[in-house]
Amino acid sequence: MRKLLYAGVLLALVSACKFNSTDNKVLPIFGNKQPVTRTVDGKQVTDTIYQTIPAFKFVNQYGDTITDKSLDGKIYVADFFFTTCPNICPVMHRNMLPVYNEFKSNPDFRILSHTIDPKYDTVPVLKRYADKMEVTGNTWWFLVGDKNATYNIGKSYLVSLQEKNAQGTYVHDGYFILIDKQKRIRGTYQGTDANEVDKMRADIKTLMAEPDQKAAK
Amino acid sequence: MRKYLLVFSSLLSLTILITISSCQNDKQIEFNRYFSAGSAVYQNHCQNCHGAKGEGLKGLIPPLTDSAWLKTNKATLACSVKNGLKGNITISNKQYGGEMPATDLSPLEVAQVITYVTNSFGNKIETTTTEDVDAALLKCR
Repeated sequence: MRKLLYAGVLLALVSACKFNSTDNKVLPIFGNKQPVTRTVDGKQVTDTIYQTIPAFKFVNQYGDTITDKSLDGKIYVADFFFTTCPNICPVMHRNMLPVYNEFKSNPDFRILSHTIDPKYDTVPVLKRYADKMEVTGNTWWFLVGDKNATYNIGKSYLVSLQEKNAQGTYVHDGYFILIDKQKRIRGTYQGTDANEVDKMRADIKTLMAEPDQKAAK
Repeated sequence: MRKYLLVFSSLLSLTILITISSCQNDKQIEFNRYFSAGSAVYQNHCQNCHGAKGEGLKGLIPPLTDSAWLKTNKATLACSVKNGLKGNITISNKQYGGEMPATDLSPLEVAQVITYVTNSFGNKIETTTTEDVDAALLKCR
């Protein structure tokens, strides 16, 4: 009888593990949704159109032009910073380093860090920043561009940015935004919180394993 | 009988504990005060850049673990914390060229945070007091 009980407990434990497995986990899709009804073979079909990141054009730390096309077939994380930021940026990028190190060998992964101070953060300044962070290759791009373009793209990533205030400081939140191969928002994480960034690393793996991400080129 | 023994032994250990803690001399108490307050100052004003373990950030922000450097530059630490730091410095054989912003910390807070930093992350230097900071700030370049 006791043996049976043990077996039962063991079975419950095993099935509990199974239940928690990430096999079929799918990340949510954030942003505005729009239902679109169309007729297919005489039947009404309703699709959901999700918010996507619009076309953009920036320059990276190597002086290369980076557009939305450069991210085709890539899963990526975006954030906003500036190199002389004294408060949250060092924390954000300290927390981003493990993400960079974990995925830098994956050709379908990118990190985009947009500077919100294009006046100071020119291409050479961004290159020096990348060098000092020991960031090489094309996994992590530090992007500069037209200020309005940067602030506008920030809105589509749902982050809040503010130009220099009376104290002469820029205001921005420290979110990391996870974007899938269809350019949809799949996660937002407080980049100053190492635990949230750990969750993002797990979510990136979950996202990479989703069937429609594997299929997308 | 057993009950009395228990009460007696706990009383005894309490007495010993009190004796030990009161043996802490004034210097130790002063250090503890500076150190624990300094920990809070560090979290609010330094940790974002220099890290929870004083590890810095790659080649951008120097670590606070170079005890020899801290010792050699003890006299100017207060000025650096108060007025910021510019120009190249070599920490643990690595060059750093960024800029550390000035702060609006009071001399007491500067003393607290210096005591905390110079006695954390593997460093061990004596207490920096408000008087030390006041004197040091007069000599800032």
